[in-house]
Amino acid sequence: MNSSNTRYSRQIKLPEVGQDGQDKLAQAKVLLVGVGGLGCPAAQYLVAAGIGTIGLMDHDKVDETNLHRQILFGLEDVGSYKAEAAKKALHRINDQVDIKTYNFGLSVDNSTDLFKTYDVIVDGTDNFQTKYLINDAALKTNKPWVYASIFKFEGQLSVFNYQNGPSYRCLFPKAPQEDMSCEETGVLGILPGIFGVYQATEVIKIILGIGEVLSGKLKIIHTLTMQERIISFKRVEERIAAITNKALALESINCSLINESKTYLDVREPHEQPQPDNKNIIKIPLTELASRYEEIPNSTDIHVYCQSGIRSVKAINFLREQGFNNLINVEGGIQSILK
Amino acid sequence: MKVTVRYFGAIAEKVGKTEEVLDLSVIGSDFQDFKNHCLSSYQIEDDGTLQIAINQELGLQRSLKEGDEIAFLPPFAGG
Repeated sequence: MNSSNTRYSRQIKLPEVGQDGQDKLAQAKVLLVGVGGLGCPAAQYLVAAGIGTIGLMDHDKVDETNLHRQILFGLEDVGSYKAEAAKKALHRINDQVDIKTYNFGLSVDNSTDLFKTYDVIVDGTDNFQTKYLINDAALKTNKPWVYASIFKFEGQLSVFNYQNGPSYRCLFPKAPQEDMSCEETGVLGILPGIFGVYQATEVIKIILGIGEVLSGKLKIIHTLTMQERIISFKRVEERIAAITNKALALESINCSLINESKTYLDVREPHEQPQPDNKNIIKIPLTELASRYEEIPNSTDIHVYCQSGIRSVKAINFLREQGFNNLINVEGGIQSILK
Repeated sequence: MKVTVRYFGAIAEKVGKTEEVLDLSVIGSDFQDFKNHCLSSYQIEDDGTLQIAINQELGLQRSLKEGDEIAFLPPFAGG
């Protein structure tokens, strides 16, 4: 028995896996979109199980506030790209896995080409727009994807586009205007841990072709009561056709400002959601402010916002040093100025 | 004519509980009326994204009957 067989011997022992199953895992290619609270635990188990190729996609860098739930990272990783830091940690677990990193976000332009090179997509994202983009790109490339979402103490799990099963749009046809991320609502680290591990379970079932894949079913768990429900839903052909018959596009999240006439400075990165449609918003990410602050008028009051009110303060401090005295911080972040 | 209503996600937050038992003989058994009753009782606005399951199944819009479980499922996207 070689070292690879020793490593996997306990799962090969299962008749449902066996050497054939282990070979299937070794040939499988799994893409994780988002290497955060869901992606870290999912990647950990997929790598340990011997998936041949794992793609890690995340535009974000590790922040100290991630560490309580994004368990592949430690303090020394703060400031590094999540995908790179995760690759390092995952190779410590299993260096036989080919780990590819993508230090940028999923987009209309890159999604279908990338999905074509993988067998299963895992959703580790935290916003509706990217979930709909994963769904639509998965439909176009005919790839199954494993979905999870969390809210406070509750989570949802499902597998979409599996063997002509329903898609995300068959469950939730329309995106709500609010995105509530963990930054805003708070989350216990355990919750994405539970759901990331469930996602890894579904991935392995899909690859091995064992058990009943959670297609056409939404599993919901509330961790405070430990109540569980499985809700069934059907494929809605016209919703699938509406996507397959048109070019891939970002789902527009409709949202508008409470006060449309104020002038705003948005210092978030361009991918961050939601994005209210208003001509009075100047968009300069904090990371580009030093080179672009001259685009900001000094003549009118400007309300500066980000996601939660932290980066906006940094932006204002920097701009005051440059002589701006017309800036007002939006303390509650973007959600506090939306209708 | 009792039914159990379960609330999920942000709806449960707005309602302040995750489940309650309601009486169809008071509210009526029409699905749409029942939905409107629950939403207006808690000042919840339906933005068209809320999904409602009867006995763990989505897409049914039938009249409600004794013993049904009605689940209010808003989408959420945290991760």
